[in-house]
Amino acid sequence: MNQMPAIALDPIHQFEVTKWLDLRLGNIDISFTNASGFMLLGVVLVIGFFSMATRKGELVPSRLQSVAEMGYGFIADMVRGAAGEEGLKFFPFVFTLFFFIFFANMIGMVPYAFTTTSHIIVTGALAMFVILMVIVVGLMKNGLGFFKLFAPSGAPLPIYIILTPIEIISFLARPLTLGLRLFANMLAGHIMLKLFAGFTVMLIGAGAIYVPVAALAFAMGVALNALEFLVAGLQAYVFAILTCVYLNDALHADAH
Amino acid sequence: MILAFLAETAGHGAEAAFPPFETWHMPSQLFWLAVLFTALYLALSRFILPKMSDTIEKRANRVASDLDEAARLNNQAVEAQKSLELRLAQARGKARDTAEKAREKTEAELATETARVDADLAKKLEAADARISKLRADAMANVEQIAVDTADAMIARFGVKASPADLKKAVSAALEQA
Repeated sequence: MNQMPAIALDPIHQFEVTKWLDLRLGNIDISFTNASGFMLLGVVLVIGFFSMATRKGELVPSRLQSVAEMGYGFIADMVRGAAGEEGLKFFPFVFTLFFFIFFANMIGMVPYAFTTTSHIIVTGALAMFVILMVIVVGLMKNGLGFFKLFAPSGAPLPIYIILTPIEIISFLARPLTLGLRLFANMLAGHIMLKLFAGFTVMLIGAGAIYVPVAALAFAMGVALNALEFLVAGLQAYVFAILTCVYLNDALHADAH
Repeated sequence: MILAFLAETAGHGAEAAFPPFETWHMPSQLFWLAVLFTALYLALSRFILPKMSDTIEKRANRVASDLDEAARLNNQAVEAQKSLELRLAQARGKARDTAEKAREKTEAELATETARVDADLAKKLEAADARISKLRADAMANVEQIAVDTADAMIARFGVKASPADLKKAVSAALEQA
C-alpha cells in the first residue's frame, strides 16, 4: 500500500478540534481552539470587509461598496419579503446570521481551513437561539394568541384533532431541522471532498494503471468543489430565510 | 439533547470519536460562539449597518431631490415654451392686422384714384362725344348744302331753273326718306 500518512486520507480528521490556548472559566473548559480561531477569523473578515466597504460612504459607490450594499439590499429584501415590514426590526440579526454562516462556510472551502459550521453544537446553538427568540417575540407580541399557530383557522373542527399535533410536532422539529440541515450539509460535503481528493492520491500511488480512474475521481472532486461552493452559499441563505419565516410566524401568529 | 446524548455515547464508545460529537470542546464552542456572534452582531448593528442605511438613504434622497429639480426645470421649460408660443401667436396676429390695414388703405386709395380717373375719363369722353355730335351735325348740315348745290347743278344741266327754297325742300324730303 501507499505510504501516505493516515491523517491525510482520514476524511474525519478535518473536523477535529485542537486546543490552541488552554482557558478555563471556573470549572468549565473554554479553551481557544482551532474552531474558535477560524470563527474569529470569519468575524474579523466580515467586520473588515464591511467596514472597508462602507468607510467612505460615497453617494456613487466604489466596487467594494456596491458589493456590500448589494448584500444589504439582498438581506433587507429577504427579511421584508418573508417577515414583512415589521420583520425589519430583526434585520441586523438576520444580516449577522447570514454573513456569520456564509463566511464560516466559505472559509471552510479553503483547504486545511476549519469549517466552524460543520459542528452540530454550533449550528444547533444558532438554531436553538433562533427558535427561542421566535418564541419570546411571539409571546411578547401576541400573548397566548401565539399558540393559535398550532390551530390554523379555517379547518373543520374534527380536523384539529389531527392538525394540532402535527403543527406542534412540526414546530418542535424546527430547531432540530434548522441546525441539522446546515451541520449535515457542511459535514457531508467536506467528507465527500476529502474522500474524492484522497481517493485520487491513493489511486495514483497504487500504480500507473489506475491513473485514468484517478482522473475520474479528480474530475468528480472538482465538480464536488463547485457544488460545495453553491451549498456554502445556499445553506447560509436557507438558514437566514427560514429564520425570517419563523419570525413571520411569531409576528403574525393570528394571520394563519 | 438527543444529540448531546449521542455525542456522549459516541465519545465513550469509540477510541477515536467522531469529532462533532465529542463533548469536551462543546462548552468552549458555545462560549466562543456566544462571544464572537455577539461581537459581530454589535459591530454590525451599531456601526456598520447604520452607516450603510445612512448612505443608501442619502443616495435615495439625493436621487429624489435631483428628480424634483429636473421636474421643476422641465416645468419651467414647458412654461417658457408656452409663453413663447403665446407671444408668437400675438405677433402673428399683429402682423396680420397690420397687413390687413395696409391692404385696406391701399384698396381705398386705389378705389379713389380709380374713381377720379374714371370721372376724368368720363368727362373727357363726354367732351369728345359732344364734339363728335357737333361735327356730325355740322357735317350733316354741309351734306344738305352739298346735295342742294348738286341738285341745282344737275337740274341746271337739264335747263330747268328752280328756286333755292324748292330745292332745299326737295332735298330734305329725300334725306328724310333715306
